[in-house]
Amino acid sequence: MLSLLAAFLLLGTNMLMAQDAATDAAATAPSGDATPSVWLGPGYYVLIFVIICFVVGIVGKILRVYDLTQQIQNKKPINWHNVMGICCIIFLVAGMYGAYWEFAVQGAMILPESASAHGVKIDEMFWTTTVLTVIVFVITQVLLFGFLFRYRYNANRRGHFLPHNNTIEKVWTIAPAIVLTILVIFGFFTWQQITNSLDAKGEQASINVDITGHQFAWELRYPGTDGRLGETSYKLVSGTNKVGVDFKDKFSYDDLQADTMYLPVRKSIRLNIHAQDVIHSVYMPHFRVQLNAVPGLPTFFKFTPTITTAEMRRKVGDPKFEYLVYCNKICGAAHYNMQKVVRVVEESEYQAWLAQQKPYLTDQVKKDLKFAVTKPAATQNRLALNN
Amino acid sequence: MSTLSVQDHGVVHHEDDHGHHHHKETFLSKYIFSQDHKMIAKQFLVTGITMAVIAMILSILFRIQLAYPDKAFPLMETLLGRFAPGGRLNADFYLALVTIHGTIMVFFVLTAGLSGTFSNLLIPLQLGARDMASPFMNMLSYWFFFTASVVMLSSFLVQKGPASGGWTIYPPLSALPKAMPGSGMGMTLWLISMVLFIASSLMGAINYVSTVLNMRTKGMDLWKMPLTIWAFFLTAILGILAFPVLVAGVVLLIFDRSFGTSFYLSEIVLGGSAQPFEGGSPILFQHLFWFLGHPEVYIVIMPAMGISSEVMSVNSRKPIFGYHAMVYSLIGITVLSFIVWGHHMFVTGMNPFLGGVFMITTLIIAVPSAVKTFNWLATLWRGNIRFTSAMLFAIGMVSFFISGGLTGIFLGNAALDINLHDTYFVVAHFHLVMGSAAIFGMLAGVYHWFPKMYGRMMNEKLGYLHFWLTFIGAYLVFFPMHFMGLDGVPRRYYAFTEFESMKRWLSVNTFITWAAIMAACAQVAFLVNFIYSMFWGKKTVQNPWEANTLEWTAPIEHFHGNWHGEIPTVYRWPYDYSKPGAEEDFIPQTVPLSQTMSSNLPHDFEDNPAGLEAHAKWASTQKSNEEVK
Repeated sequence: MLSLLAAFLLLGTNMLMAQDAATDAAATAPSGDATPSVWLGPGYYVLIFVIICFVVGIVGKILRVYDLTQQIQNKKPINWHNVMGICCIIFLVAGMYGAYWEFAVQGAMILPESASAHGVKIDEMFWTTTVLTVIVFVITQVLLFGFLFRYRYNANRRGHFLPHNNTIEKVWTIAPAIVLTILVIFGFFTWQQITNSLDAKGEQASINVDITGHQFAWELRYPGTDGRLGETSYKLVSGTNKVGVDFKDKFSYDDLQADTMYLPVRKSIRLNIHAQDVIHSVYMPHFRVQLNAVPGLPTFFKFTPTITTAEMRRKVGDPKFEYLVYCNKICGAAHYNMQKVVRVVEESEYQAWLAQQKPYLTDQVKKDLKFAVTKPAATQNRLALNN
Repeated sequence: MSTLSVQDHGVVHHEDDHGHHHHKETFLSKYIFSQDHKMIAKQFLVTGITMAVIAMILSILFRIQLAYPDKAFPLMETLLGRFAPGGRLNADFYLALVTIHGTIMVFFVLTAGLSGTFSNLLIPLQLGARDMASPFMNMLSYWFFFTASVVMLSSFLVQKGPASGGWTIYPPLSALPKAMPGSGMGMTLWLISMVLFIASSLMGAINYVSTVLNMRTKGMDLWKMPLTIWAFFLTAILGILAFPVLVAGVVLLIFDRSFGTSFYLSEIVLGGSAQPFEGGSPILFQHLFWFLGHPEVYIVIMPAMGISSEVMSVNSRKPIFGYHAMVYSLIGITVLSFIVWGHHMFVTGMNPFLGGVFMITTLIIAVPSAVKTFNWLATLWRGNIRFTSAMLFAIGMVSFFISGGLTGIFLGNAALDINLHDTYFVVAHFHLVMGSAAIFGMLAGVYHWFPKMYGRMMNEKLGYLHFWLTFIGAYLVFFPMHFMGLDGVPRRYYAFTEFESMKRWLSVNTFITWAAIMAACAQVAFLVNFIYSMFWGKKTVQNPWEANTLEWTAPIEHFHGNWHGEIPTVYRWPYDYSKPGAEEDFIPQTVPLSQTMSSNLPHDFEDNPAGLEAHAKWASTQKSNEEVK
């Protein structure tokens, strides 16, 4: 134990030296006119750490001395089993309170209610699962730390020789199996409903919106008056044609570009998801929507927004609230800032907004493609274009 | 019937004669190119701890960035140079830190450091073998691992920095050097390092399996093996079956990167120009990666489970509850772990029907995990619990496994995963269930078998301090992350300053960072304890924990061959603690049933009619004797 203190001393000296070196470094690194900051430099923290080490060493020493004097006086030394048992109970109580506090305070900071139709089902299942798991969490942790306290070491006692008990083992194999089966069944059907979502016959067609991820932004494409999106090809991507719209396809002529994703409320939206360079992920947490954008593998996610941005602003009490699309698959340095605002609005407002959007077929593109030129010339030029 | 009267062993030992003569050992053959499993175990441990400390420092660096995204730390520039211009981490390097932290912790610490250390140490010692089936291959395994570690760390020295596409290195990000700086030379080094690592891991695993199957001492049938050995054995099988698939995935990625193939690449536009790749699928890589990646998390947690089971049984002075159920649940986990990988890919664009199937298999795997948890609790029930440091860490492992395991029920549910995928909820989940839990299992093992490794005891009080600070620290770090995840905060974000809605989590991030720094400082208590005890710790007695398993019958001093003379024979299972009627509260595996007539139970004579008859006879004489009295 003495040598332990010596080790601490040695460590402390090393730390002090390191700290000196560190403060030197800190002092030399910033130029003279560096702005003063709250941050006190590494030396300060190293010093605190060294002091804590000393305190720990000294406390350890005191305990050791106390233990020895007790032994000299033929009294019982510190019973560490009791100390640890009590620590377990304290941890259990403090931990449970901490968990409760987290649920109460940070639990209130989580996402607001789902702003999409399918999200409501997800939320229901989430809360069911939460209730079940919290019950299991509390019971098992209480048993774990309770047993530790209750059955802490006592020299006069022996453990209870209990190698197995088939009945109880069967019970706690079957019980979780049943609970999980229920969760699986509900989960499976909800998942099928969410993902098997091609427009059914007779159902009104969804509004197609293309979203294309690239480093580090999202591009949007809305169908124009014909309600259909034109073909795209990655080979056609250029400075003026960001998503590679194929203008040989007549449906593409009125395709619109947009900076903000406007969606009409209570209308089925089919988000067609593309990526140009690496994998991105379209993540719209308020709508419980997420699907990766994979280059070479177009995917789609169909959902129905149910709460307009204005309503949601009232609900969360934040007049500046916006729905957002994030990127949620690591895609490079600016991965953390690939956002796009989503506004859910009433149908009329949506139509008004749509009417103001510019087509992908801009004048510049027309010029590039020689669109205005008479047909025979255009065909000739197209050959060149494709190469 | 003492242990010395055993005749020939049923199995052939190549090294039998090693134990009998001490050939001259040089420094090189004893400490460096050692073929002794005990020394190799220590090599794995020390390398593993070193890598863990490095990975921990990396995590503190990026935690500082998350807590203080707008502050400049001049020291950071001093230490990291071009990676932290002006004292602020750059975004690419932040991703590199995250990537290398993950890679080192998952592979180098919790696979090699954990399995490598304890499989090597305990398989021969707990089974009664003089060494591994192939000591030379064992040595190679360590040196491949060491080389892999050096290569991995050397990627910090290349111009553009280490790999930074996340530890899962999904192409195209990792395949296109132009996509991010880390996908250049750093990625190449990552891939080389992993190929070396997998070679190491396979050589180790083949050795473990063949040793367990062929080199058990007399009487040590499979159902008498301690749970540690079961766990290492099944872990090794998992490794053998899963790691080669990652090699396949990695080799194809190397082809895509260096030889112009398009296994994983298709329809890519980079820097405004269309790339020539066609027909590949990035999803293919994810399938190959997670075919290893999911078993990998069980490769990480199963040894920790085995170690905790053993440590908890010894220190509760009680047999592990439901030994057979524990083994069957391990086997169940092993088998099921191969058919659940798709739950990492629910939202990748994989066919949704597959997602449904993977959801079912995933939630099935929760059943054996639940059984294990309940059995651990039942082991503590009415025990006589001795709070050694090892015991505390084993308990911490159980607590983390429960907390982290329960959130797995959310993530395994495909419908819930839609909104939780790649958020901080996932970070919290796996750091508790396989990160903290496995590290605690490993630390339990270090504290428990330190006397076996170094012949000295570690300081228990310092161990207590280490435990409580780390345990509380880990909960403080990871518990709040769940709520961030539920607010839809994505992982691997360099800063949360760009999103108005994420700014309110900044104070939580600062709190988490300080908790992490506290937990990291607590590791100094461990390192001091470890290094100090190695040289100056209190000398150990042969069986300091009064445990039953075979390693405590081996002499304290180390020599190649483990036991002088005959290898002891095993007569009973390893968990006869507090058996009623026995003199002491433990009966080592080497004590024959004939010496413990007073404590034998009819159950001890399953498959042994002669023994049962003898037991019945003895019991009836006992009875009549009492009547006479």
